[in-house]
Amino acid sequence: MDIAEHGADAPQKQGIGEYLVRHLREYGLLFALIAIMGFFQIVTGGTLLKPVNVTNLLLQNSYIVIMALGMLIVIVSGNIDLSVGSVMGFVGALAAVMIVEWEQSTAITMITCMIAGGLIGAAQGYWIAYWKIPSFIVTLAGMLVFRGASLWLLEGQSLGPFPREFQMLSNGFVPDIFPAGFSATVADLLGQKRINVLAFGTGLVAAALILWMELKARAQNRAYGVMGEPKAFFIARIGIVSIALIFILFKLSTFRGLPNVLITMGVLTIIYAFFTERTVTGRRIYALGGNEKAAKLSGIKTERLTFLAFTNMGVLAAIAGMVFAARLNSATPKAGFALELDVIAAVFIGGASMSGGVGKIVGAVVGAFLMGVLNNGMSIMGIGIDYQQVIKGLVLLAAVIFDVYNKSRQA
Amino acid sequence: MAALLEMRGITKAFPGVKALDAVNLTVQAGEIHALVGENGAGKSTLMKVLSGVYPAGSYDGEIHYDGALAEFANISDSEARGVIIIHQELALVPLLSIAENLFLGNERAKAGVIDWRDTNQRTGALLKKVGLNEPPSTLVDKLGVGKQQLVEIAKALSKEVRLLILDEPTAALSESDSQALLDLMLELKDQGVTQIIISHKLNEVRRVADTVTVIRDGSTVSTMDARAEPITEDRIVRDMVGRDMAHRYPARERRAGDLLMEVKGWNVWHPLHTDRQVIHDINLAVRAGEVVGIAGLMGAGRTELAMSLFGRSYGRAITGSIEIGGKPVDVSTVSRAIAAGLAYVTEDRKSLGLILDETIQRNITLANLDAVSRGQVLNETAETRVAEDYRKALNIRTPSVFQQVVNLSGGNQQKVVLSKWLFARPEVLILDEPTRGIDVGAKFEIYGIINDLSAQGKGVVMISSEMPELLGMCDRIYVMNEGAFVGELSAEDASQERIMSLIVTE
Repeated sequence: MDIAEHGADAPQKQGIGEYLVRHLREYGLLFALIAIMGFFQIVTGGTLLKPVNVTNLLLQNSYIVIMALGMLIVIVSGNIDLSVGSVMGFVGALAAVMIVEWEQSTAITMITCMIAGGLIGAAQGYWIAYWKIPSFIVTLAGMLVFRGASLWLLEGQSLGPFPREFQMLSNGFVPDIFPAGFSATVADLLGQKRINVLAFGTGLVAAALILWMELKARAQNRAYGVMGEPKAFFIARIGIVSIALIFILFKLSTFRGLPNVLITMGVLTIIYAFFTERTVTGRRIYALGGNEKAAKLSGIKTERLTFLAFTNMGVLAAIAGMVFAARLNSATPKAGFALELDVIAAVFIGGASMSGGVGKIVGAVVGAFLMGVLNNGMSIMGIGIDYQQVIKGLVLLAAVIFDVYNKSRQA
Repeated sequence: MAALLEMRGITKAFPGVKALDAVNLTVQAGEIHALVGENGAGKSTLMKVLSGVYPAGSYDGEIHYDGALAEFANISDSEARGVIIIHQELALVPLLSIAENLFLGNERAKAGVIDWRDTNQRTGALLKKVGLNEPPSTLVDKLGVGKQQLVEIAKALSKEVRLLILDEPTAALSESDSQALLDLMLELKDQGVTQIIISHKLNEVRRVADTVTVIRDGSTVSTMDARAEPITEDRIVRDMVGRDMAHRYPARERRAGDLLMEVKGWNVWHPLHTDRQVIHDINLAVRAGEVVGIAGLMGAGRTELAMSLFGRSYGRAITGSIEIGGKPVDVSTVSRAIAAGLAYVTEDRKSLGLILDETIQRNITLANLDAVSRGQVLNETAETRVAEDYRKALNIRTPSVFQQVVNLSGGNQQKVVLSKWLFARPEVLILDEPTRGIDVGAKFEIYGIINDLSAQGKGVVMISSEMPELLGMCDRIYVMNEGAFVGELSAEDASQERIMSLIVTE
């Protein structure tokens, strides 16, 4: 305690080096992703960043990212959800049964599936929030129950195929809204055979938006005399993020354009990032995870928040389940098997704390893509599944060790 | 008398901070030596150097112990030489028995198999020595803090202690438990155990200490010998804070206004033992601008009363009524209690009051996020403005409001908790041990804040185990014992003796 006090009272003089040390985690994650992408780009002889593979990367990881959003909230609230893989599989099975066997419309199926996911989440959340049964146990039970339930629903068989509209959820692309002549001109300008101007334009607009928001936040910080990040870091970070965004969307635009699922994923990410960082309920979830008793004595309805976190997780698992089923064009009893572990790993790699109260949406998304690039890159290289598992495990361990080491050094 | 311990020119630096600067400490064999100083003065660091937590080589200076240069590499090194430290946070395993705890790491065993008969016999003898009348098989969990403290001392005795260091041993103890502990210290002294006590309670220091060393900002300020001349508390305080503190309690114009809050017929039952009534028929009134104290021993039910009032955070089958500003109010949940104009500042700020890993700003706004948001959307600019205002108003010492509260000293953490509840804009504040574990300077500032609240016409209910504090601050004092109010004294009539006699005669 003595040391900390002196540390707090001592005048704060931050050099660039010290700033980097303090924020090593945030930059580390971004740089790790870039380094890993660079590495695989070289060893795969440029295959990793080919337009078709970039598109694949997004499609392959979409359901992990979608569930990581909900999992981040669950983990920040101080809980865990082991059932998401099974729930996702169950909802996929439900969708297949509804569409293929009961011949329901896609719209009704989608709505029913999301409600089903919400109900499943609520049922688990009820025991966790109001009966104080550890989430590990409740969701472990849920994992078994819904794995069994999907086997039962599908009678052990795969069920498909889905109608085109349902498949569009995952395999569809947003059509270019610009006239063909205009697209051809732009393609000529950029020296490409063809280009989806909507996709490319989206990249430019998104990069501009990020730049604008970051500049605004920086100006606000300065107004309060807050020591923000040094200018060089600010420029480098925004530069890298913007260029990467434009680059990825450019790649997509030279292939088939914007995948529908990227829109789903992007919109959900923005909504959840806003929710966690800028809303009252979001803030309260961090407080609940940071110190449940103190949160409760501050007038926060902690039980309700826990309940909502799990309900929300159920809905997101349902969306992920439908995306997954649409991608495979069939529901299988094995769908989502052990996927909860990838989702949880993504959240922890993204910097969330096991004890709750710490973690960011953007971190979880980057963590999910980091795992995704590893998977994809190693598959292209033809590395066996055995080594892949070992390497992924070690990456998770390294990320968390890095966290703990970083924290102890700052203390 | 020979010196058992001589620490010479101890200097210990952490990156950017010199925690100890050429500190000297000489402890004579067989004496009780008190080490006093404000929080953060370096007392605990000094004791960590002594006990080997910071190993030889990581500090400058020399430690001479028992006539030889001592270079302890770790705690077991120093324990082997009979230097044993009992930390403020007790280091007992709650779900093991007393006997198991006493010999933890030092088990009475043959070839790895524990000899229970020997263990229990020795435990019995040690417990007798410290005056604890419990069977050795009792789980530590089942003991109160006072008795746990005795178990810690028994554990130290089991290791053949020569120099016993007690870090704030009475901080969490009731008056009577504290007295028993101090008596035990004197008894151990008679048996030849040299002791160092770190304490904030100067009356206790005066009672047991033969020598007092004051440390301030990492340096020795003075050493006083109580055997040569009597030591006054004022003298110690002056050395601790480096200035004269003739008035330990800031003056306040007493102006009790209209009746602000009235609690009638408040009864509370224990949350688990359903047949046990914890709070009996309490009637409590607070006027605008009045500071009302609740005195009582540890376990009298003061915290339970406060928490049951504040959104039924404690107890079950609660009955009774509350009126604030002449109107009956619903305080059945914490958020309703806050809306009704009530705030409760907990005695346990670390586990109930603060989110330690969060920033000062986010802690301050937590109980009233609606005031810094439109609908659901937070306005962080407004949040920062609020936090800055409180940082200035309450003099929270921190480089910025974006610091995590875990990095603050106890006094500054307490100011953050107070800020949080002030920002909730209550009419009546219940302050539960508002100055526990914080240093003299910060205490004075907290008293000032309480006086400001009173001047603004708020009602303050102050629960404290330190009677001088209640006598110095309150307009009126309720005396509580075993869940009921056993007396009410005005400021003029109140004295420590009268409060104690009300408690014991009941």
